Amino acid sequence: MNLLGKLTWSAIPFDQPIIMGASGGMILGIASVVGWVALKGYVPYLWREWLTSVDHKRIGVMYIVLALLMLLRGFSDAVMMRAQQAVAAGGAQGYLPPEHFDQIFSAHGTIMIFFVAMPLVIGLMNFVVPLQLGIRDVAFPTLNSISLWLTASGILLINISLFVGEFARTGWVAYPPLSGLQFSPGVGVDYYLWSLQISGVGTLLTGINFVTTILKTRAPGMGYMRMPVFCWTALASNLMIIAVFPILTATFAMLLLDRYLGFHFFTVDAGGNAMMYVNLFWMWGHPEVYILVLPAFGVFSEVSATFSGKPLFGYRSMVAATMVICVLSCMVWLHHFFTMGASANVNAVFGIASMIIGVPTGVKIFNWLFTMYGGRLRFTVPVLWTIGFMVTFVLGGLTGVLLAVPPVDWQVHNSLFLVAHFHHVIIPGVIFGVFAGYMYWFPKAFGFKLDESWGRRAFWCWFIGFHLAFMPLYVVGLMGMTRRLQHYDVVSWQPWLIAAAAGTAIIFAGVVCQIVQFVVSIRHREELRDVTGDPWNGRTLEWSTTSPPPAWNFAFLPHVTGRDAYWSKKALARVTQGQPPEAREYKPIEVPKNTPTGFVNAFFAVVTGFALIWHIWWMAALGLVGAFVTFLAFAFREREEDEISAETLAQFDRAHAVEGAP
Amino acid sequence: MNVAVAIHDVKQDAFVPASEAGPAPKRIVVGFGFWIFLLSDIVMFSVLFAAYAVLARATAGGPTGAQLFNQVNVAIQTAFLLVSSYTCGMMSLAISTRQRLNTYTFAFITFVLGAAFLYLEVHEFASMIARGAGPQRSAFLSAFFTVVGCHGLHVTAGLLWLVVMMAQVAIKGFRPAVDRRLLCFALFWHALDIIWVWLFTAVYLIGARL
Repeated sequence: MNLLGKLTWSAIPFDQPIIMGASGGMILGIASVVGWVALKGYVPYLWREWLTSVDHKRIGVMYIVLALLMLLRGFSDAVMMRAQQAVAAGGAQGYLPPEHFDQIFSAHGTIMIFFVAMPLVIGLMNFVVPLQLGIRDVAFPTLNSISLWLTASGILLINISLFVGEFARTGWVAYPPLSGLQFSPGVGVDYYLWSLQISGVGTLLTGINFVTTILKTRAPGMGYMRMPVFCWTALASNLMIIAVFPILTATFAMLLLDRYLGFHFFTVDAGGNAMMYVNLFWMWGHPEVYILVLPAFGVFSEVSATFSGKPLFGYRSMVAATMVICVLSCMVWLHHFFTMGASANVNAVFGIASMIIGVPTGVKIFNWLFTMYGGRLRFTVPVLWTIGFMVTFVLGGLTGVLLAVPPVDWQVHNSLFLVAHFHHVIIPGVIFGVFAGYMYWFPKAFGFKLDESWGRRAFWCWFIGFHLAFMPLYVVGLMGMTRRLQHYDVVSWQPWLIAAAAGTAIIFAGVVCQIVQFVVSIRHREELRDVTGDPWNGRTLEWSTTSPPPAWNFAFLPHVTGRDAYWSKKALARVTQGQPPEAREYKPIEVPKNTPTGFVNAFFAVVTGFALIWHIWWMAALGLVGAFVTFLAFAFREREEDEISAETLAQFDRAHAVEGAP
Repeated sequence: MNVAVAIHDVKQDAFVPASEAGPAPKRIVVGFGFWIFLLSDIVMFSVLFAAYAVLARATAGGPTGAQLFNQVNVAIQTAFLLVSSYTCGMMSLAISTRQRLNTYTFAFITFVLGAAFLYLEVHEFASMIARGAGPQRSAFLSAFFTVVGCHGLHVTAGLLWLVVMMAQVAIKGFRPAVDRRLLCFALFWHALDIIWVWLFTAVYLIGARL
């Protein structure tokens, strides 16, 4: 018996200088960070305050840190692809061999959707939703920590694939039969499947957690029609997570059974049905687009209302549009494969359904425009991202309406026109939204604002670079260029692809500006300090507590009496000015105790996943037992909550000069 | 008129709609969250059911459901599982009246019935594989083994959970956290029944007529 399964020294690609360089750099980077933390003696602090934390704010920050690191990884994949296609015209082969190029586009898509966009959005929801609802934490804080660390496990596995073995060459959708054992016998698809299965469980738990939080634990008075729109979009997004992530899990489980145990769900022989995979994948995949984009819409709603100094225009229609999108998004999956050969009537139904989604989206665009109209608009960086989003997203949406027409879709199916379209909606829709949210809530998380001028530079680089990078792809798509080409013979495509590569370079400059912005802001944090807790003159409850908020968020749960709860409280304060504030009577608060369960469980998840990928069965069993023992230890622990004394609360409020503090 | 003042003048606790009542008690929150988990689990099963429906006729020249399914065996399995749900309900009653002995007794009966159900299922699987009708034979059998086996895995997890819960009752006693977990276990066990009723209908009854 082979103790290490399929794992041998040949799994490490010593002969590939690009891969060895990249993974060597990554290992060196991680090692130096870990070494620095250890040498400085920060390990106990990191363990106590972050790795074992169940505080939703810290978990949110960690999600976003992970996602931003993976954004760099996914973006370098993009740079490599653009560079390859800029040079590999005519007889030229470029610098990337086909098997490596295939892994790069697969990794780019997988990483960007699952390990950048998802954790960014979930991170923002984690940080913001409980604060906006006026509560102290999510419904299940420990579960939240488990979710975070399961996502981190998936991220670690997919990065190990760079160095040990290979990644899938199937594209990020991994359609069978290509992804079946017959045509992909290597470990690449297994890396893909296990990293997504593990992180998918984390995402599902997040969905359960947030739906419960939003539906069951809002502050007193926070009725549904008083919730900030970001909470509404978070609710819609998490409802969709619950509805569709189990589909993905079951589908991948079937593909895994095909690959590991010789089942015949999607094989070409013995009655398997590969199109079933495609259908199931997009029953998850299309709602997934809205899982990502709706919270970003929520950010735009908050930003446009705050910086216009007006209540959001058409709150009710915004809520209705969100929920309509939530339902409709589950009814359009077939437009991803009109070429499957379903009848014309079926295609027509799905085409029309896809176009109808444009209606609630249009409602939202008009609501944001009317919110800004007549407002006292402050052109801060989040507003720039919002306006940039609206301009760009409308055009991207229009090309989507084109693609929803089945005959048109048949012409441009799987071409770069499609690639241009979905980048045209996802980048402004999700990434611009998250960047707006990052600028907007950063002072709440860390107590100081981000530098505005570097933020502006970053925005313009991204905005211009984005258009230069993706508009040419529409053109070459219409000229007939299919996606995922490692090289091509038609030299007339090359100028467009060189332009696209130049656009990528400008986006890169934007990324550099963001890194500079971060460093500059930390260095100037004293000038950028937010002492009021309300740096933007905000409207919702997160601005009513200090920046950064204490572990317990609110010493007293706020009593909400209307929409824009903090705004009306401020208005009331102007009226009652001069009257002595009511003295606060502090009572001790119970907060959930920190626990290493999530972190330890993630360790065993990585062990199990790695063992399954390489068929090391004893190690997989050990990993599962380890995870089970971790849960037992958690279930039998003696104390579940820590108490924060009234004295601590009073001290904190005194130090922050809260009104009514003794 | 100043709106803020007007809001302030309304007597706050005159009429409080349920949606404005503030955070729900922990037991409600936990039960609700677990319900949502069960819904997501049912979505996962519905995918496996859909796969079974798509592939039910794809026997690739191999045995069909009519040739393979033993309705008597399945009827006995159904009886075991439904009765175990009843005893699980009795256990919940014993917990709510804090009767330890009854709790253990009914938990034990539930466990035995669940284990007997599993034994029959494993037996059925083994005999099918022995007849050359394993999951590798055809897409139909892949789907059959997956959807039924997934339910079986859930029952196995439920049995393990039940043992852990009884250990918790023995060591920690009936405290709120343990109570909530027992509530979730009961929900889980009853949900497995619901899924089994669908399985029985869609896989064994309809599947045997294809």
